[in-house]
Amino acid sequence: MTPLIDVDWWALGPGLALSGGAMLLMLLEFVPAGRNSSRGALVALASLLAAAACVWRVHEVKRALFDGMFVHDTFTVFFTLLFCGIAALSVLLSWDYVKRMRINQAEYYALLLAATLGMIVMSASNDLITIFLGLELMSLALYVLVGFRRSRLESNEAAMKYFLLGAFASGFLLYGIALLYGATGTTHLERMAAFLAGSPLLSNPLLLMGGLLVLVGLGFKVAAVPFHMWTPDAYEGAPTTVTGYMSAGAKAAGFAALLRLALVALPDLQASWKPVLIAIAALTMTVGNVTALLQTNLKRMLAYSSIAHAGYVLVAVVAGGNEGAAAAVFYLAIYSLMNLGAFGIVALLGRDQDEPVLLSDLAGLGFKNPALAFALTIFMLSLGGIPPTAGFMGKFYVFRAAVQAGQIPLVIVGVLNSVVSIFYYLRVTVALYMEEPAGEPTAVSRSIPAVIGVVVSLALTLWWGLQAHALLEQAQRSVLGLM
Amino acid sequence: MSAPMAVPLSWMLALSGVVFVIGLIGVLVRRNALVIFMSIELMLNAANLAFVAFARQLDSLDGQVFVFFVMTVAAAEVAIGLAIIVNVFRLRETVYVDEINLLKG
Amino acid sequence: MTLPLLWIIPALPLGAVALSLLLGDRLGRRGTAWLACGAVGASFAFAVRAALALAARPEEGRSITEVAYRWMQVGDFSANVAFLLDPLSAVMILVVTGVGFLIHVYSTGYMAHDPSFRRFFLYLNLFMFAMLTLVLADNLLLLFVGWEGVGLCSYLLIGFWYTKPSAAEAGKKAFIVNRIGDFGFLLGMLALVTWTGSLQYDALFSAAPQAFVAGGIAITVATLLLFLGATGKSAQIPLYTWLPDAMEGPTPVSALIHAATMVTAGVYMVARCHSLFQLAPISLEVVAVVGAATALFAATIGLAQNDIKRVLAYSTISQLGYMFMACGVGAFGAGIFHLMTHAFFKALLFLGAGSVIHALSDEQDLRRMGGLAKKLPWTHATMLVATIAIAGIPPFAGFFSKDEILHGAFASGHYGVWAVGLLGAILTAFYMFRLYVLAFRGGSRVSHEAEHHLHESPPSMIVPLFVLAILSLIGGWIGLPFQRGGHPFERWLEPVFGAGGAHGTMRPLSPMIEWLLIEVSVVAALLGIVFAFRAYLKDPSLATRLRERWPAVHRMLVHKYWVDEGLDALVVMPLYRASQRLWRFWDEKIVDGAVNGVGFLFEGFSVGLRLFQTGFVGTYALFLTLGAVALLLHFLRQ
Repeated sequence: MTPLIDVDWWALGPGLALSGGAMLLMLLEFVPAGRNSSRGALVALASLLAAAACVWRVHEVKRALFDGMFVHDTFTVFFTLLFCGIAALSVLLSWDYVKRMRINQAEYYALLLAATLGMIVMSASNDLITIFLGLELMSLALYVLVGFRRSRLESNEAAMKYFLLGAFASGFLLYGIALLYGATGTTHLERMAAFLAGSPLLSNPLLLMGGLLVLVGLGFKVAAVPFHMWTPDAYEGAPTTVTGYMSAGAKAAGFAALLRLALVALPDLQASWKPVLIAIAALTMTVGNVTALLQTNLKRMLAYSSIAHAGYVLVAVVAGGNEGAAAAVFYLAIYSLMNLGAFGIVALLGRDQDEPVLLSDLAGLGFKNPALAFALTIFMLSLGGIPPTAGFMGKFYVFRAAVQAGQIPLVIVGVLNSVVSIFYYLRVTVALYMEEPAGEPTAVSRSIPAVIGVVVSLALTLWWGLQAHALLEQAQRSVLGLM
Repeated sequence: MSAPMAVPLSWMLALSGVVFVIGLIGVLVRRNALVIFMSIELMLNAANLAFVAFARQLDSLDGQVFVFFVMTVAAAEVAIGLAIIVNVFRLRETVYVDEINLLKG
Repeated sequence: MTLPLLWIIPALPLGAVALSLLLGDRLGRRGTAWLACGAVGASFAFAVRAALALAARPEEGRSITEVAYRWMQVGDFSANVAFLLDPLSAVMILVVTGVGFLIHVYSTGYMAHDPSFRRFFLYLNLFMFAMLTLVLADNLLLLFVGWEGVGLCSYLLIGFWYTKPSAAEAGKKAFIVNRIGDFGFLLGMLALVTWTGSLQYDALFSAAPQAFVAGGIAITVATLLLFLGATGKSAQIPLYTWLPDAMEGPTPVSALIHAATMVTAGVYMVARCHSLFQLAPISLEVVAVVGAATALFAATIGLAQNDIKRVLAYSTISQLGYMFMACGVGAFGAGIFHLMTHAFFKALLFLGAGSVIHALSDEQDLRRMGGLAKKLPWTHATMLVATIAIAGIPPFAGFFSKDEILHGAFASGHYGVWAVGLLGAILTAFYMFRLYVLAFRGGSRVSHEAEHHLHESPPSMIVPLFVLAILSLIGGWIGLPFQRGGHPFERWLEPVFGAGGAHGTMRPLSPMIEWLLIEVSVVAALLGIVFAFRAYLKDPSLATRLRERWPAVHRMLVHKYWVDEGLDALVVMPLYRASQRLWRFWDEKIVDGAVNGVGFLFEGFSVGLRLFQTGFVGTYALFLTLGAVALLLHFLRQ
């Protein structure tokens, strides 16, 4: 066992910074601050920055901490930075939103940091138990965040549904972990792989059932069909900034864990899980996109869209290998940015406590607020995968990896889906530019931090559309840590 | 203390499986959010049972330690879950999940 | 020789968009008009400069690549924002910027009273940017960027008057149909990149012969997928229905996007990828057959339309069919030639129609026109030029290019295609002169109110008409065979399509047969014109006066009238009825039905899937469990 003194404190830095930040936020509540104080957001931003700085400082070394349960490698670094980025953008977008919605700031930001920490643990775990702990830390924080607008029926209902189903899925996951432990004698991913390599036990029912139940648990987190049904309800009911945060972060974290599990621990089981994942990927894309077609609520539409995007990432996971994993990671980064941007704009709409989120609420904004409409249009085009936006590059690499892996039918389904999806993404543009508002056009909040957040997402969405290879190289480097 | 009675692994696994399925069915058929939640706790405990059983079989302490982790997580989950359910009850005066479907479609 | 600064050609209209967005309404109408036209005019100037620079080079050096920007680089695959200037793209940029500029100028008059003047030019400039990117791209990926961009602008401009439900509906339809085409195009690109590892033209075309077995399944599927994309964009069977509906947009848009430029993008793409198509003879046959079928089919429908713009829309579909026919038989040069002349005379026809519509206070029905020749002398004169040009009478532009296509079809042994093309030529002459006669000749059927406001259009509209009329007259002369071994236009394109590429697969014909072919096609055109005059230029008032004054002549006139009636009964009416029926049945029921059906189908699925989303936790848990059980069963079966 590694002596404690040998712990690389920089590699552990994100955990320390985020948990420290969360505790500081709670402690600071003893010194009351006004409703309009930005103290919470600033502390949260500072600890996120500290976390990112710590992990960046040692981004080139590989470390195994806590008896190898927690690894610090290129994969961890990539996802830690991604999660810190997602959380930081969410803080910017929430800055005025939480004040407007009268949400308790200290608790909100503390939970946001806790959830971020959970995500980081998920991506850095080299052990099923730490994956479980990270997942629970993230989920428990998110359950509360979803229900944060306590006086609203929808928010409450969303929290309850998310909680009950999330706990249910956790039950599956945990039981799956137990079975894998029984089948291989370890929960450590690398030891598991070593045990399975050359083992004649690949068709051991315990092993297969364990893998299956873990897949159910992670499939729930990434909202893959048929484990997706909580998504629209939870996304619609949650405060909009939380929706944006969880649609980006929780999904990426689920995929990070799934990728590590599939590539590090169970590569020998490929033959078993591939056909299953192919079916799930095709279903996920199709159900997500088709159900989104007729939605009139913007948040709900984006929720279905996020289900569909999980499907695209699954296509990359199915493609497998270095290229597939890199494409998945690449897609996740791009998806997170554009989705956060889209939700960020939705969070800007409305005055005081009301939250106009219907498509018809967008009518007339195209000319009343051209900058906002332009940004939303770009996000929609990017989500729809139209060049030259980042979303196109993401889809391009995903489908390319899948074609090279010989998954032609799946690619055809994927391309067909992305063609269908453009239809509902463009409905947003149509609402913006081609519809007359029934009364006054919707009011738009002019929060500077939120505008900065949107502009950053927009710039990256466009930049990665024009200049993707830097990001792609990082993605490729990150998955090398797994091989 | 005499040598522990040799309960075969399969018995313990069978028990754990039965408990898991009881929990699963409870989630599916019960309508009270609290009872559903209790059924979920059953599923978690079934997993705990499996962990302990395997740990004994494999003669390793890991599985037993994991149970403590899981119990801690479950306790946190109870705290949050009850808070959410109580809050729902405050607003709606019901915790029957088939009366709560404002969000759908 | 300095490089001709290719990037600036698409960048200028984009800059105008940015400026217009920045300055907003402070620009005013005049400023907007100057900015938009100025940007496109400057683009045209740069395009001319680029083309001249290209022409000054020796023949083997006529391909200039300009990398504006490294777009992406993964392993051995790279794609750049790079522009390619070669004889083919030179022709395209000249046509796009030249015709585009004239249409911009025209629009300043046509849209002068529209409240959304600035929005209109914003979209129009954005379109120019996308279209120029499309034709200048040096790889398929960048071409696709332009491809999507023009699609988006087309969608926005069709629905420009979005308060009209029919306009919104038409935009939606164009959108759905084009998605089907894009689906094919995307898959085609993926197939190409998988097998050849590149989408850059040079690399792709040089790698293709090694990567694919000539005539094999892989290349056939890949090219057919590309062609599916082309049928969507260029409105060919089966994806053509969106184009007639697209006439809901303002008329200059119909002229620019839905006649002269965007809809020809499919032809351009097929011509650009000619070396791929040549590896797949089956695909080429498909292109030829689809083109010929569309050419004939759309022409028959054109016979029965009463909306002036719809006649022109079906005519456009038909003419695009001719271009694909040319590509299909291997006469790529002829296809591009026709693309160019068609851009001249069809833009002129649309703009002329716009002038008529403008003069008649938005009347589009041919049955409420007539006798406009005297009232709108300039419009009439220019429209007549365009009508003769499209009918294929020498020495007007359409004659040369259409003859070139028919010649190519005949010489390559596609006699069936040739016959269909010839039949189409008769019909084209017929319906175009029907349009001309109904609108400009005979007695006036114009309503009193419209008559009251009847006026010739302002100079900003007439001047572009005039320029286009000149081009429609002389534009074909560069196709005159001054020397043996190809005419100047074909020689110009030779570096792209290969020496003798246009005739590579063709047997040389004896001069006598060549002359015979030309005569046959001219006779065909004349036949159509004569039919049209006979069938539609009846002057009952004249007949009455003549009958009273000269009873002897009266009998002759009656007799003559009987000929007309006979012609009507024997030729015109059956054709008309068949055309009407074909349109009603096939177009409205089958094709529209299919398009709407796809929409309904997905909406139906959507409704169905939403039913599962009951909002009850129990249902969700049940589906989650069922999913897990399904996975379990799958594993147990193994």
